[in-house]
Amino acid sequence: MVDNRVIFRNTTISSGDVVDIVVSGNSIIEIGPELVSKGTEIDCSGLLALQGFVDLHTHLREPGFEQSETILTGSKAAAMGGFTAVHAMANTSPVADNAAVVEQVFALGEAAGYVYVQPVGAVTKNLEGIALADLLKMNQSRAQVTVFSDDGKCVSDSLIMRRALEYVKAFGGVVAQHAQDPALTIDAQMNESTLAFELGLTGWPSVAEEAIIARDVLLAEHVGSRLHICHVSTAGSVEIIRWAKARGINVTAEVTPHHLLLTEDLVKDYNPVYKVNPPLRSNADVVALRAAVADGTIDIIATDHAPHTADNKDCEWGQAAFGMIGLETTVSVAQTTLIDTGLIDWVRLEQLLSTNPAKISGLQRHGRALQAGNAANITFIDSKAQSKVSGTTQSKSSNNPYVGIELSGAVVHTVFEGIFTVKDGRIQELTNA
Amino acid sequence: MKHLLSINDLVKQDAIDILNLAVEMQNVNTRDIKKLPALNGRTVANLFFEDSTRTKISFEIAAKRLSADVINFSAKGSSVSKGESLKDTVQTLEAMGVEALIVRHNHSGAVNTIANADWSKASVINAGDGTHEHPTQALLDALTLRQRILGVDHLGDLSNLKILIVGDILHSRVARSNLLLLRKLGAQVGVCGPATLIPEGIGGLCDFVFFNLDEALAQGFDAVMMLRIQAERMNSAFMPNAAEYASGWGLGDVRFAKLDAKTLIMHPGPMNRGLEISSAAADSTQSAILDQVTNGVAVRMAVLYKLLAQEPNSGR
Repeated sequence: MVDNRVIFRNTTISSGDVVDIVVSGNSIIEIGPELVSKGTEIDCSGLLALQGFVDLHTHLREPGFEQSETILTGSKAAAMGGFTAVHAMANTSPVADNAAVVEQVFALGEAAGYVYVQPVGAVTKNLEGIALADLLKMNQSRAQVTVFSDDGKCVSDSLIMRRALEYVKAFGGVVAQHAQDPALTIDAQMNESTLAFELGLTGWPSVAEEAIIARDVLLAEHVGSRLHICHVSTAGSVEIIRWAKARGINVTAEVTPHHLLLTEDLVKDYNPVYKVNPPLRSNADVVALRAAVADGTIDIIATDHAPHTADNKDCEWGQAAFGMIGLETTVSVAQTTLIDTGLIDWVRLEQLLSTNPAKISGLQRHGRALQAGNAANITFIDSKAQSKVSGTTQSKSSNNPYVGIELSGAVVHTVFEGIFTVKDGRIQELTNA
Repeated sequence: MKHLLSINDLVKQDAIDILNLAVEMQNVNTRDIKKLPALNGRTVANLFFEDSTRTKISFEIAAKRLSADVINFSAKGSSVSKGESLKDTVQTLEAMGVEALIVRHNHSGAVNTIANADWSKASVINAGDGTHEHPTQALLDALTLRQRILGVDHLGDLSNLKILIVGDILHSRVARSNLLLLRKLGAQVGVCGPATLIPEGIGGLCDFVFFNLDEALAQGFDAVMMLRIQAERMNSAFMPNAAEYASGWGLGDVRFAKLDAKTLIMHPGPMNRGLEISSAAADSTQSAILDQVTNGVAVRMAVLYKLLAQEPNSGR
């Protein structure tokens, strides 16, 4: 099968070495300097090859909210961002709280063919926080769900959270908590601060996030289970997670690109593109989150890509929906905030965007080193690129908070299971889809 | 200046100019024929998405005394209650040629959204947005303070005055606009209320914070501004009940009896008599509450005049 080989020539990898990568079918068959191999040659001089990115936190909106995103459009946006796997959040309509829905999402992901779509299951039936969803059946389904989350809502009842943490131990699952005490955030609109008072917007105190994280790490310790914290947004949360890890508690944590770059000051003109849950916080929080990524307290970067139609954003702040898109800009935000600032290197970035999220979810074919025998899920980026974000997107929605901001780095090629989903920065039409 | 959304839109001299323009409007309002032709042929809309009687009437009278055509749009009974978006409502009024939108809305920042979006070219005047601001209320309060304490001939700022605002600071758009304006005009402004209703982080935005009203009043203020307490605050654990609030932070008869006779008493209305203010205090000669209402018309005439008649490219 020599004729279907693709040879990626002279690419740099995260270690800094320059290599050739030979892909055949859906696998890497050889990697090393100056390989002798025949096939289609792709000159990758000056590009950086990284393990295909894995997003643990994506809202693909299908089924139920296809006006803002579909599994196909979200998959294309993911590919443009260098992702080869995404985790589709459960807050669809119907909610992904049973085997039928997760299998449907999984099948639609396969049909789209741009990334591996791994469904996330709801923790509780209909995200109501009252009764556990069919966790085991979702795990045993074709979708093989291991990550469970009521994201968008917090599993606020302590007993339900305890039971969920206990229950998923049977099959090695993990509960991904959206940490937000509902009572402390009634009608909350933005970070609780002097600015919130000046703008007359109901504050969203840091303690509403931190109190839930503190409770949940103690519950995870008590029942000996595995906990993941979604979109950590405050310096106090970082402190609690750092303490929990030092104590040996099995907790992982994610941060979004927007919480690494944007601050609450952007809210001052009431532009709903900056309305997001959890809210944009202070600069001190941003600094603490970046430091936590660098010191390992935070394990992964996850997008919380949350598409919304123009109607839900072209309105008064109080009416607008929470959320911003982010799949296509993730690696650029990460490079700008973490690499260019000298906080981390590419090896660490590869862990944050690929190795660690795949490990949390237990994906077999993603997050693996670029070496012979592993799946050909590879992202090539031009780390020297500098450009203003244009807002052009494969997503069905355009609630992009980065438009006009200058960011580093650009995704040039995305290779998913040996197939170009993005080539030379352009989405590829998949003929066999 | 095209819009008046926040006191932050005004530099100090703008504010003084509006107050002095309002003094001229007061003269119009004492004539037999209370009318100026300034806005003849101009159309302004009162766009009220939240119940209001006093502010809406005040703006309507102000616009009519400047000879503008005024239309009233209330969310109740309008298409908004059938689910029309703010954008559609504003674009509809724009299509009918309205040149100024006087907007009250239950969401903070809705006026900013209307002014910043490309839905309309009209001037936007904030008549109270959520818990954000109510700039014309602050302007009428400043005029009332200046005339009652410093005299009608004083045409300058409020330097050396000490003002205390009492009540639900957290949810009050009147408090926000007054903090910004009175301090801009040189006054020192304190706030007082139960700690549940004084936001964390208010420090830099006021000169004094008191949780105890008697301690505050002992400091000596030129004026105390009592804010209206909303019944729903009782249900959200901001305070146990009305009686406890009245005893702790109301200007009742006992506190009124001890109040310096020169301290001016103000209230933006509508009052809850017996809760945040007693009738004895509200109806006393120290009270400026009806002056506030009267000055509201003059100040709103001044704002409409400044935005629509003085600005070269205003409205259209």
